[in-house]
Amino acid sequence: MPDAPLIEVRDIVKTFGSVIALNGVSMTVRRGEVLCLLGDNGAGKSTLIKTLAGVHRPTGGEYLVDGKPVAFRSPRDALDAGIATVYQDLAMIPLMSVTRNFFMGREPTRGIWPIRRVDFASAHRITREEMARIGIDVRDPHQAVGTLSGGERQCVAIARAVYFGAQVLILDEPTSALGVAQTSMVLKYIHLVRSRGLGVIFITHNVRHAHVVGDRFTVLNRGRTLGTYEKSDIAIEELQNLMAGGKELAELSGALGGTV
Amino acid sequence: MSTSAAIVASDERLKRASLLVRAMRRPELGAVAGLILVIAFFGVYADRSMFTLGGVMTVMAPAAELGILAVAAALLMIGGEFDLSIGSMVAFAGLILGGCLVVLHLPFVLALLVTLACAAALGAINGTIVIRTKLPSFIVTLAFLFIYRGLSLVGLKWATGGSTQLRGIADAAGDGVLPGLFSGLAFHPLFTWMAAHGMIQKFPSGEPTVQGVPVSILWFIAFALVATWVLLATRAGNWIFAAGGDANAARNSGVPVAAVKTALFMLTAASAALVATLQVMNTGSTDALRGDQKEFEAVIAAVIGGCLLTGGYGSAIGAFLGAIIFGMVSIGLTYTHFDSDWFKVFLGGMLLLAVLFNSFIRRKVTGER
Repeated sequence: MPDAPLIEVRDIVKTFGSVIALNGVSMTVRRGEVLCLLGDNGAGKSTLIKTLAGVHRPTGGEYLVDGKPVAFRSPRDALDAGIATVYQDLAMIPLMSVTRNFFMGREPTRGIWPIRRVDFASAHRITREEMARIGIDVRDPHQAVGTLSGGERQCVAIARAVYFGAQVLILDEPTSALGVAQTSMVLKYIHLVRSRGLGVIFITHNVRHAHVVGDRFTVLNRGRTLGTYEKSDIAIEELQNLMAGGKELAELSGALGGTV
Repeated sequence: MSTSAAIVASDERLKRASLLVRAMRRPELGAVAGLILVIAFFGVYADRSMFTLGGVMTVMAPAAELGILAVAAALLMIGGEFDLSIGSMVAFAGLILGGCLVVLHLPFVLALLVTLACAAALGAINGTIVIRTKLPSFIVTLAFLFIYRGLSLVGLKWATGGSTQLRGIADAAGDGVLPGLFSGLAFHPLFTWMAAHGMIQKFPSGEPTVQGVPVSILWFIAFALVATWVLLATRAGNWIFAAGGDANAARNSGVPVAAVKTALFMLTAASAALVATLQVMNTGSTDALRGDQKEFEAVIAAVIGGCLLTGGYGSAIGAFLGAIIFGMVSIGLTYTHFDSDWFKVFLGGMLLLAVLFNSFIRRKVTGER
């Protein structure tokens, strides 16, 4: 099935004891598109992406990758299926060098045991090339990741996932802690990744950021899908209202003179 | 590919990653500076004999035993954990080795294997408890500090019928290649040859004043070199940094964090067993007080060597140098006219300086504020 979506979930349910975190969420991600997952705090965004990433196992519903049902038992399984997740704060280790971070867990080696060692020459070269390709100038791949800006760190994490063959990128609020220039750097890179034919799930609660790069928008509220909209079908304001449950924010927005 | 490489190569800012910046990035910088400081101090105040071959051996002997523990402790600290039970483990492993040889009359090979296996297994227990319970390793291994010390006392009394010292171990081990690896001096023929050719000092009889290198020093150097290579050049090394730097991020990237940490706990325990073997084979006896406070001294040496208490940063060569600084200060004061009880003051001062220096360097390296 060449036209099967990269990822499709149907009526997925996830409960933790008596707490219903996801109560029937459906969504699809296709090749070369950015799906924005929008929702206020507690809407179930985190549970959904952790389910997609293999951290949680769904209680009910279907999860298909390339049209085939899957049941991931660990994040490693999801990674092997080409689904890479870049978590907001948990992607990089600040004290380690860019190269060591880039290849963490998947270091290229040469030589035979017991003198098998990391092939740092090619690791440094690849790191520099991959970074240069996305327009980030890593002057020295030995430098600690902590010296990079927040936006650069997110980009290194994304570049790493792409380099290691991800088909679907799940980005957990990659822009929420960034300034304006940094945010545009990350958004530009998301655009680049899409043009290479990957599917991107972009989680955010910033509607503006979503609207810049998103092709479609799935809005979650209280563990359910409120709906999925094409970019051409919905305006920023409508999205904003949907996300916040509509009415209340509209009232508040009126009270504050339309600034929210 | 070639274009991006060209861009990188032609970046004029590359040159600005100067030698100083590169040196600052090395965790052992503080230890190198400390060692130079300490050598300068003793160069001024100590008797000349401290810097003869004999003096160097006298300083290195205690540094070696501490250093083996310190290098292992440094790897574990970089991996984000502590092991305060290694001092007691020295006594406990000594008891196991002594018991196997003297009470059970096992051959040395078997006794050594049993000792190392027991130590590694106990280390694995430390690691498993820490990982399963997510309790700080500080408190878990503090409990084992007392448990192993107590077991050593009880076990020694049981083995000897009331004494806390077990003698006659070296005799029970006998001679041979393997016991020789853990006792006595190495390179004796070389030193005799050098003395004969007037390259080193000799007694009137023609025997060299320094008969050879204590084997513990060779173990120390070899261990530090292997540990440095593993840390800097292998996948396991990268995993150690990652596990200590941020266990969650490491796990998300596919690093087997639990296995790495457990292996490190096994290594520290096994290194304590190695030190116990060296001590037992050189003195011929074991004692329930062996290794007392070595856990703290090992941590101090590792910190002087650039390890951060929070993990993820440090070096084995740094711990190696830290242990030598420790040895120089503890032995060196006897070569000066200072009261050697100043040792602890000196040590505490070094530790404080090292910690301040390390946290300053860390902020520089990572740009943290």
